[in-house]
Amino acid sequence: MKKIINAPADVVSEMLEGMAAVQPRYVKKLLGFNVLIRAQPKKDKVCLVSGGGSGHEPAHGGYVGYGMLDAAVSGAVFTSPTPDQIYEAIKAVDTGHGVLLIVKNYSGDDMNFDMAAELAQADGIKIEKVIVADDVAVANSTWSIGRRGIAGTLFVHKIAGAMAEKGKSLAEVKRVAQKVIANVRSMGMAIEPCAVPEAGKPSFELKDDEMEIGIGIHGEPGTHRAPLQKADEITAALLDKIMDEGIFSEGSRVALLINGLGATPLMEQYIVAKKAASYLKERGIEIVASQVGNYMTSLEMAGFSISLLKLDDELEELLEAPADTPAFTRR
Amino acid sequence: MHAKEIILQIAATVIAHKDQLTDLDRAIGDGDHGINMARGFESVTAKLSPLADDTAPAEILKTVGVCLMSTVGGASGPLYGTAFIRLAEVAKNGFSPDNVEIMFDAVIKGIKDRGKAEKGDKTMLDALLPAKEAFAEALRGGSSLYEALHAAALGAQAGSERTKNLLARKGRASYLGERSIGHIDPGAASSALILQTLDKFVASVRG
Repeated sequence: MKKIINAPADVVSEMLEGMAAVQPRYVKKLLGFNVLIRAQPKKDKVCLVSGGGSGHEPAHGGYVGYGMLDAAVSGAVFTSPTPDQIYEAIKAVDTGHGVLLIVKNYSGDDMNFDMAAELAQADGIKIEKVIVADDVAVANSTWSIGRRGIAGTLFVHKIAGAMAEKGKSLAEVKRVAQKVIANVRSMGMAIEPCAVPEAGKPSFELKDDEMEIGIGIHGEPGTHRAPLQKADEITAALLDKIMDEGIFSEGSRVALLINGLGATPLMEQYIVAKKAASYLKERGIEIVASQVGNYMTSLEMAGFSISLLKLDDELEELLEAPADTPAFTRR
Repeated sequence: MHAKEIILQIAATVIAHKDQLTDLDRAIGDGDHGINMARGFESVTAKLSPLADDTAPAEILKTVGVCLMSTVGGASGPLYGTAFIRLAEVAKNGFSPDNVEIMFDAVIKGIKDRGKAEKGDKTMLDALLPAKEAFAEALRGGSSLYEALHAAALGAQAGSERTKNLLARKGRASYLGERSIGHIDPGAASSALILQTLDKFVASVRG
C-alpha cells in the first residue's frame, strides 16, 4: 500500500515532531522520547498519562492539553510503548499529586504500563491505573484477556481530565474514570484494511463485497465476516449489539461518538450518525452530546465504530466542561 | 560459554526470520511480531558489539533483557525482557547442567509472572514448557548438557507446532476465539527459533 512517509522506521518520531512543530501552544515533545506533554502545564493537579501504539491518531497526542491529558506516550505503530518511555512521561508531568494511567485493555499495554508504574512508584510517585475495555465485539469471558479498549477511551480522557482540572484527588479522578469505563460501550466494523508502514502489506484482506464486523483498531479480525450491507443495516446491527449490554434503556441520556477509522469520509460517518440518532430516538434514548469524526483511527482502515456513554449529572457536567487540545475542544 | 557470540547469532537469526514471524502474527495478531523482535535484536546487536568477547554471561544477558524491554514494545518486549533479566540472575551461578535447568525454570516463571499465562493458553510458554521438560528428561536419562539442549530445541519446535491446535487465551489472538485455531502462535515460534539457534551454535562449537 502506498504511504506518504520518509522512512518506515521514522514515522512515529517524525509525526510527533510535526505535531509539536505546528501546535507549540499545546504540546511539546520530550527530547529523545516519543512523548508529548502539555506546553503549558498546570501546577498542583493530578496528571493523566495515556498512550499506546501509534496509528490511532489523533489519539493520544491530540488529546494532550487543557482539560484532558497531561502526557501521551506513543509506541511503534500498533505496538505498546516501552516502560522507559512511559516512565519518562510520568516523571515529566507529576506535580506531586499523583498520576492516573489510562490504558486500553491489551496484554502489551497493560504489562508495559505496569512496569513503568513500578519504576515510578520506586521514586515515590503516586500511581493509579484504569483499563478501558469498551469493545462489545469481544466476549468478556475468562477465555480471553477481556474486552479491547477502543474509541470509548476518548470519553475517559475527557471526563477524567475535567475532574483533574478541577483539582480533585487522584482517588476521585480514578473513581470518575472507572465510572466512565463502566458506562461506555463501543463496536466497530471495517470494509477495507490498513497496512502497518514497516510491514508494507495490508494486515488482513477483504473481498470487494465483504465487511468485517467487530474489527479491532489494530486490524485484528472481528467477530465475523458478512456480505456488505447498507449503512442503516450496519449501524443498527452494531447498536443492537451495544443495546444487548443492558446498560442503555428508555429514558437513558447518552453521549454518542461516531468514530471514523481513518479512510471513511465524514459523508459516510454522518449517514451512520443519522441512523444512530433515529435508532436511539425510537428507543427513547436521549442524545445529550455527540461527536462525529476521526477520534481513534486505525491508519487508513475504512470503517467506523459507534460508542455510547450513559450519562448521569456528574458525567454530563464533566463532559461539557471546557477542554482545549489539538484534536478536541469544548468551550 | 560464549555468551556474546551466542546472543549475536540469535539476533541474526531472529532478524533473518522477521517476515516469517510477522506473517504468523498477521494471521492471528496484529502483524508486527517479526518487526518488533527484529527492531529489538538489531538494538541488542548494536549494544553488544562494542563489548569484549569474554564479557561475563550475566552481564550480557542483563544487557539483552534491558535492551529488549526498552525497544521491542508490545507484549513481547516485557516478556522477553523479563526472561533475559531472570536468566542473567541465574547465569551468575554458571552453566552446570543443573543450573541450566534452573535457568529454564527462571525464564518460565518470569514469563508467567509478567504475562499471567498458563500452559495451553497458546503463548510462548507452550514452546518453553515442553523445551524444559525435554531438557530435564534428557538429563535424567544421562544425556550431556549439549544433548539435553538439543532435546530442548526439538521440544520447543514440537511445542510451537502444537500451538496450531490450541485456542488462544492470552494476547490479541484471544479475541479470535475459535478462529485462532489452525495457526501457530508467533511468540511460541520465536521462542523455538531462539532455542534452535542456541542448539545449532553449541553443536557447531563441539564440531
